[in-house]
Amino acid sequence: MALIEIKNLTYTYPGASKPSINDVSLKVEKGEFVLITGPSGCGKTTLCRCFNGLVPHFYQGELKGEISVAGLDTLKHHTYEMAKHVGLVFQNPENQLFALSIEKDVAFGLENNGVDRVEMRRRVDEVLQQTGIYDIRERSPHEISGGQQQRVAIAAVLAMEPEIIVLDEPTSFLDPLSAQKIFEVIFKLNREQGITVILVEHRLDLTAKYTNHLIVMDEGKIRFEGDPRQILSNEETRLIGVGIPKATLLYQMLKKEGLNLNNATPLSSEELADQLLEALKVE
Amino acid sequence: MSVFDGLKFRKVYSPIHNLDPRMKFAYVIAIFVVAIIFYQVIPLLVLFFMQIPFVLLARVQRQWLRSLRGAAFLAAFIFIINVVTTYFTSGYTFTAINIENSTAMTLRFIVLVESFSVFFLTTSPDHLGLALEESRVPYEFAFAFTTAVRFVPVLAEEAQTIMDAQKARGLELEKGGLLKRIRNYIPILIPLIVSAIRRSLELAEAMESRAWGAAKKRTNLYSLKLHKGDFALLAITIGILALAVYAHFNVAVPTVSSLLGF
Amino acid sequence: MIVAENVWFSYPSKVEALKGVSLTINDGEFVAIMGQNGAGKSTFVKHFNGLLKPSRGVVRVDGVETTKSSVAALARNVGFVFQNPDHQLFSETVEEEIAFALKNFGFEKEVIEKRIEWALNLLSLTQYRKTSPFLLSGGERKRVALASVLAWDPQTLILDEPTIGQDHEQKEKLRQFIMQLQTQKKTVVVVTHDVEFVAECNPRVVLMKEGKIVADGVGKEILTDPPLLELSSIVLPQIAQVFTKLSELGLPKDVIDIYEAKNIILKAKESRHR
Repeated sequence: MALIEIKNLTYTYPGASKPSINDVSLKVEKGEFVLITGPSGCGKTTLCRCFNGLVPHFYQGELKGEISVAGLDTLKHHTYEMAKHVGLVFQNPENQLFALSIEKDVAFGLENNGVDRVEMRRRVDEVLQQTGIYDIRERSPHEISGGQQQRVAIAAVLAMEPEIIVLDEPTSFLDPLSAQKIFEVIFKLNREQGITVILVEHRLDLTAKYTNHLIVMDEGKIRFEGDPRQILSNEETRLIGVGIPKATLLYQMLKKEGLNLNNATPLSSEELADQLLEALKVE
Repeated sequence: MSVFDGLKFRKVYSPIHNLDPRMKFAYVIAIFVVAIIFYQVIPLLVLFFMQIPFVLLARVQRQWLRSLRGAAFLAAFIFIINVVTTYFTSGYTFTAINIENSTAMTLRFIVLVESFSVFFLTTSPDHLGLALEESRVPYEFAFAFTTAVRFVPVLAEEAQTIMDAQKARGLELEKGGLLKRIRNYIPILIPLIVSAIRRSLELAEAMESRAWGAAKKRTNLYSLKLHKGDFALLAITIGILALAVYAHFNVAVPTVSSLLGF
Repeated sequence: MIVAENVWFSYPSKVEALKGVSLTINDGEFVAIMGQNGAGKSTFVKHFNGLLKPSRGVVRVDGVETTKSSVAALARNVGFVFQNPDHQLFSETVEEEIAFALKNFGFEKEVIEKRIEWALNLLSLTQYRKTSPFLLSGGERKRVALASVLAWDPQTLILDEPTIGQDHEQKEKLRQFIMQLQTQKKTVVVVTHDVEFVAECNPRVVLMKEGKIVADGVGKEILTDPPLLELSSIVLPQIAQVFTKLSELGLPKDVIDIYEAKNIILKAKESRHR
């Protein structure tokens, strides 16, 4: 069985006239780096909330279909149980930190789970190191930058040692360099520790290169799913309103003009530059 | 800005800051009790000066003076009310003893302000939250307390931004009569409230996602342990209380006026 | 015209946010102010409508010193749209939201009516006229906030981080909208760290760092200077990244526009064929 399995999921928020998620089916295997994108209001945030049971436990509303995460039926298991398996990181760093010191914030989930102090100390220090915020552990969240705040939020879910972390546009408030650093932290967690990552993002120029499982959503449905190289070179993806990375767009334009380039659609500037160097040098 | 600057506790390390907040609180309560037991100037003066070593050790003299200055107006008010009422009750005469009693009342107030301000100036909010957690106060209260402290500066900043945003749309807060001025604040209050509600929802969501309510018994990253200093403070506290009670029953406290021979 | 001469500013907390900033923005210009969070970008633009007054130095808007005028008077010519629409929306309907500033500025009833109509139309909000702004989506709320400022037709428009949280299509609409304002000779100042957005719009770029202006010039120059950008925590736009890596081929490095990029590469290919 896959780590995450969703079958024909349809969900409507209380009082809403139409479903936010409409007949979605999805499988995610252990160790994958999944990227979900799509225009605003396409249902990607709602889908994130399904992974740890915030939908429907916190939001109520009407849910149909099946959803199993880490072998648990999220309808039957409360969010606090799911938290050990799925860590959710939200968009706004400010509203997910509530303690007066960073390390206390990182410990919050462990405290809630009643983990004993020695073990807690070990895990907190470990994740502080992994996310590169060990040196500022005693500062208050008010005194650090947005990028650092978002690292704290990531460390805080990591401390519970989840198999999956889900990040809902974690860098939209950050400057590009801080954003890039956050993505590198996440990618490292995925590669080195095998943590399954589900990342929701608009900015594919910074993130497309990390994934081989891309999901494009629109109006509550999954429109495309699979190899990003294929999906991003598809004209229809652009028409939905997905921001195709500039390197990918340039590649397509050049290809159309008859430039003899490799068949693998590039997802980053490095990949495109390599192909161009090849194509322009040979002759 | 200045209003919430005072609420941003800066981490300072001093022998007084490191004391267990519960012990400090016990000490403050003891001072409070002693200040209530005595109504004479001399013991109250002693109490007043007794706090000064604490203030100096904690290196918070500047903030401490500021809080005393803040209390000065109320102190003056208490003094005048006392003088005036004793003037009427003691047959329309000013006597030295009346003045002295009024001074004592004022001193009592100052001692209270003084000791509480030492407590708050030297106890960080997270320390205080921790003390609440380790006392039998339900965790929800301790959490609400620390979260409130955490978000006060954030909300104050947000209020400033909202005010700027509306001023940029031509809102003039100081314009018009009293009623109009109150109405001027509606465009500021509504976004502030709406945004606070949104924020609290997001916070709740984040708390849920971090296993809020998972275990019956929560643990804590930090623990309060009593050190030598805490026992010393406890000893001082008990000593003061014992001495005060003994003195209250067995020693006739002289008044300043009798000592000066009035 | 906005002129800042040697502007210094410190917050009451004694943090020096601006350290001698001088800048002239002419009517009809499109300027992007970029830099890291905390570089002083927002502090600086808040001087343009008098929300902040310099501790030292002078800011003049159309010749008037901001210290000698009120925010309300300055705002008449300098519209400021804040980053988060939720920090300004408070009315029961979109229409009333737009009317708020117009009433503050003392427009006449008939004029207000016309301006509302115009602003709703401009941002395709007409269908939401009687809707509560709180029921709209994030992108729509952002448009209402923008409409409520544009309604009084200020000469200068300041947009603070307008692309945050916006998807590709919303950004594209915003870009087109700014271009439209440009044809009407409006001045537009955008505070942002969205490099791709700036690369597409190609405005004059002013780069700030630690309360100072460290670079001022066309986007093509500044956004293709890696050491300069790194100083400000900004990454190169993707097209510029590609061309930096192609430098060994002897191609120009200062390319940010995708069409220009295409032409240069095709030409290079052709010349190699011969």
